[in-house]
Amino acid sequence: MAEEVRLMKGNEAIAHAAIRYGADGYFGYPITPQSEVLETLAELKPWETTGMVVLQAESEVAAINMVYGGAATGKAVMTSSSSPGVSLKQEGISYLAASELPALIVNVMRGGPGLGTIQPSQADYFQATKGGGHGDYHLIVLAPATVQEMTDFVALGFDLAFKYRTPAMILADGIVGQMMEKVVLPPQRPRRTEEELRRQCPWAACGRGGREHRNVITSLELDSAKMEVNNLRFQATYDEIRKNEVRFQEYYCEDAEYLIVAFGSVARICLKAIEEARAAGIRIGMLRPITLWPFPSDEIARLASRVKGMLCVELNAGQMIEDVRLATGNSVPVHHFGRMGGIVPNPGEVMDSFLSYFPEAKK
Amino acid sequence: MKEEIVIAGFGGQGVLSMGKILAYAGLMDNLEVSWMPSYGPEQRGGTANVTVILSDKAISSPVLDSFDTAVVLNQQSLDKFESRVKAGGTLIYDPYGIHRLPTRTDIRVVAVDAMGAVLEMKNSKTYNMILLGALLQCRPIVGIDAVIRGLRKTLPERHHHLIPLNEEALRKGMTLAGA
Repeated sequence: MAEEVRLMKGNEAIAHAAIRYGADGYFGYPITPQSEVLETLAELKPWETTGMVVLQAESEVAAINMVYGGAATGKAVMTSSSSPGVSLKQEGISYLAASELPALIVNVMRGGPGLGTIQPSQADYFQATKGGGHGDYHLIVLAPATVQEMTDFVALGFDLAFKYRTPAMILADGIVGQMMEKVVLPPQRPRRTEEELRRQCPWAACGRGGREHRNVITSLELDSAKMEVNNLRFQATYDEIRKNEVRFQEYYCEDAEYLIVAFGSVARICLKAIEEARAAGIRIGMLRPITLWPFPSDEIARLASRVKGMLCVELNAGQMIEDVRLATGNSVPVHHFGRMGGIVPNPGEVMDSFLSYFPEAKK
Repeated sequence: MKEEIVIAGFGGQGVLSMGKILAYAGLMDNLEVSWMPSYGPEQRGGTANVTVILSDKAISSPVLDSFDTAVVLNQQSLDKFESRVKAGGTLIYDPYGIHRLPTRTDIRVVAVDAMGAVLEMKNSKTYNMILLGALLQCRPIVGIDAVIRGLRKTLPERHHHLIPLNEEALRKGMTLAGA
């Protein structure tokens, strides 16, 4: 039977999707605007059905270290928070990356810096895509624009994290976390059995069993020569991810004279602006990066050779624009429009900004 | 069909719930639906608002410049949203507590004395359902049956005995807006 269409918030969808994926554990601490993730899990009580552990930790730091521990044993574990809480988790995220462990981290961004506001923001782009914690590492960063993508990216995030043995992040914002729209949940998958886990994760510290050696999970390597070898291995993994996992969606690009680049729910605001502009004869297209890391640089470079200019629209002071400019070089003018501190622009404001940079577009 | 609606008032008036019930009714009628709340500190006693979009096509932005229909339940919301109703659109307001009346002449303005009606019904909790009835009278985007089906589906069984009361409130609102 076809799965029923339901109406829910993006945050609720994350919780449902985690259970449906067959996740083994969720560890978190409440913070607006993502508290519904933990609330929904508490309501659904998956520990009574799939056996998934749901635990409200004493802090974000405790939660990410519970994830570190769970991931070390090969379990599919996750945490979620919003911007200030994700800052607290950075040490643990760096350790997860250095220990080559799969895990899923969800950030439903709010306005910063500091405690900031509880309204939507995209100001953690740098933190998510350029490290965040210390050391040379990357997360696979997925940017959902719809409640359906909030759902689907839970499975995608876990699958990629296990495939490459590296943490993945869903970088959402307060809009897609709080809004309700239609969603179809995936079918319930059983949690992996111990045997399946041992087969999938021969590296996991889940008891020696018949193995010759003990699996030791650590990010510490005091011998610099060996630590460089570790780093080279991480970088080789990142190169593989760059080669295989770039994801994006294009809108009206075939005949576009100008390009908007936007991610997450902001891309939807831009799409409405573009549809209204097209009705007035202005040919704007849009590229929406779905993976913020790896970034769709090649595709943006390709489009740069065909358009007269680009506008990056973000809920920040201009972060993704740096990656867009790296991709385009100086081949086309690239401008930025952003609101900060939790302010969300309307489609009309996006259009006003576009026309201020490209007045000649209005023939 | 596409209807872009804002419902705005004080926190506690049932603004977000009214939007939610409307969204569920849209779901029942197989429409595309978007429900975007203001979830800021205003929810805790100040003004609250929600944007609801019902459409037979995919919905792009959940955030809007202007609206086909605005339902405003206090002066601040009237001041904020009157100018953002599209020309030819509909503005529904409860005159209770309103001292600066709407002035636009290029939209349909409908005053609905929902506060008077709840006093008459002796149940203040039906307030938002009266206004939802008024909205559906002015803009029949979904039927009352879809609203009732939505309630039946989303309310826990123990609250189902309240559905007839809600239906009465919806019909009351329809009458008030139709008069």
